[in-house]
Amino acid sequence: MSSVLILVDHVGGVVPKAVGELATFGKRIGDVTAVICSSKSAEIVPQLSAFAISKIIICDGIEFEKHSVGATAQALAAVVAKESPAAVLITSTARGKEIAGRLAVRCDSGLITDAIDIDSACVATQSVFGGSTTVHSTISHGTPIVTLRSNSIEVEAGSGSPSVENFAVSFDGVDKAIVTSVQPAVKGGRPELTEASIVVSGGRGTDGNFAPVEAFADVLGAAVGASRAATDAGWYPHSHQVGQTGKTVSPQLYVACGISGAIQHRAGMQTSKTIVAINKDPEAPIFEVADFGVVGDLFAVLPQASEGLKKA
Amino acid sequence: MKIAVCVKQVPDSWAEKKMGSDGRLDRANVDAVLNDLDEYAVEEALKIVEAHSPTGEAGEGSGHTITVISMGPERASEAVRKALSMGADDAIVISDDALGGSDALATSLILAAEIKNGGYDIVVCGTESTDARMSVVPAMLAERLGYAQLTFAGSVKVDGTSITISRQTEFGVEEMSAPLPAIVSVVEKINEPRYPSFKGIMAAKKKTITTKSLADLGVSSQSSWSTVKDSALRPPRGAGVKVADEGDGGNKLVAFLQERRLA
Ligand SMILES: Cc1cc2nc3c(=O)[nH]c(=O)nc-3n(C[C@H](O)[C@H](O)[C@H](O)COP(=O)(O)OP(=O)(O)OC[C@H]3O[C@@H](n4cnc5c(N)ncnc54)[C@H](O)[C@@H]3O)c2cc1C
Repeated sequence: MSSVLILVDHVGGVVPKAVGELATFGKRIGDVTAVICSSKSAEIVPQLSAFAISKIIICDGIEFEKHSVGATAQALAAVVAKESPAAVLITSTARGKEIAGRLAVRCDSGLITDAIDIDSACVATQSVFGGSTTVHSTISHGTPIVTLRSNSIEVEAGSGSPSVENFAVSFDGVDKAIVTSVQPAVKGGRPELTEASIVVSGGRGTDGNFAPVEAFADVLGAAVGASRAATDAGWYPHSHQVGQTGKTVSPQLYVACGISGAIQHRAGMQTSKTIVAINKDPEAPIFEVADFGVVGDLFAVLPQASEGLKKA
Repeated sequence: MKIAVCVKQVPDSWAEKKMGSDGRLDRANVDAVLNDLDEYAVEEALKIVEAHSPTGEAGEGSGHTITVISMGPERASEAVRKALSMGADDAIVISDDALGGSDALATSLILAAEIKNGGYDIVVCGTESTDARMSVVPAMLAERLGYAQLTFAGSVKVDGTSITISRQTEFGVEEMSAPLPAIVSVVEKINEPRYPSFKGIMAAKKKTITTKSLADLGVSSQSSWSTVKDSALRPPRGAGVKVADEGDGGNKLVAFLQERRLA
């Protein structure tokens, strides 16, 4: 059976659920080989046993953490040359897409980004134009390289322990951009925005008071998002912005509180499975995409809903 | 320094977008504008030059040049005109019938050929175009040219022969630096793009826009390596249920979430 490479994304050695999703998609196409490009493989390998992976290839080097994504693309291209996989799957984060883009150039291969599904024949499904159009595409040249959005599939559990191989990487001619310092993001207790299965977002309608939004998010175990109006005003960190120039989320449930639903905001959340909106203005465009809308004041509706859920 | 800014003309993001029968974006029937995210790139290039100019201004006398590069239909020169009226010095529009339907790989191939011709020290891009949303062209350019890749910059500092940016990623706030030449992409928080002044608009009319074909560049077109099998308009999300809060809005919401097994 042919093999499929998946890139193991991680933040500080912690492997996100999205890697399990890649493995689940990959298994449709062939045996899944997970490629780790990191100096933290000792921490990462045990976390992979939860997923449907048959082989692990470790590319070790501090360069992966120090250099731009060019280092990862370079290593991955060498692994592709050796393994001749049927496809390479990468998570559709900003970083993942850049790696995929550079890899496509190196391997002279076609690229599809932001897919939400892929079948056994490598036909990828994308949802474009803010979710209004569904497109099926294939790659006609080279090794198909596809990036997949997280929260696109239920993760299948793994069975048995994958074999582990080391792969010697050359960093000759690696991209000269170097990370000179990192101020780590302060980790809150909430799930990561793009990974969360529920996202509760606040906009200008919060008037700077995110307390009811956060309280509702916490009873649901949700991540907190924000519109650009809220991040621009400094009410919430930019890293939580949802939309065209922020994060793209596709959770099971998206709750928009005091957000009008501008096209740039919708571009980042319209593929959510269920959308709920709370807005004072019955004409707000967000209601056009909402499965359930409450016309009302978020400062009344949210606390009541939080109380209701706590009792349930 | 020779700076290039890559800009793209895109359908107005407020206009409704549709796929044509050929599986490509129907661009003929929507207004086209300068990709709004590229205005930040033009502004940042101007700022870099102003910081290194003896007169404090871009343009002649600054000792540095800003060239706008755009690939697309001849019409692209309207978007380019806007960049010139903001203060860029000249422009190159790569226009060729063979370029229709170019994907990011083809786009980066052609832009890279032109950048190589010009021998630029810094190439500034927006983070993504509002229509295609792939945001991979800057990374591909870095790969093709062997330039250092500094993407998603929230601030940029150029110092003689090196460049430093800071950027927000999932790891936190990172500082990155590299020797020139480099490809930089900038996020929209980085600056406030200036409005072209009347003087700028008049001056732009005299600036040179060179139109080049693929033959002029000495590259052949590359057809898209991804093929659209089919596309379908998703049925509009059926306008769902909308209830007015009559003191029970929160409870109604809870009932909805429980019915859908979401809570
Ligand atoms: C290039 C570009 C990129 C952009 N990128 C993004 C992006 O990534 N993400 C993004 O979100 N935006 C983005 N925008 C901005 C976007 O156009 C909107 O301006 C923004 O989304 C508006 O945020 P908002 O809905 O919070 O505010 P508003 O549009 O002001 O809406 C506030 C809403 O709150 C409601 N409200 C007020 N008080 C209450 C209350 N007490 N209870 C309930 N409802 C209340 C009002 O009825 C209103 O509908 C971008 C714009 C541009 C030009």
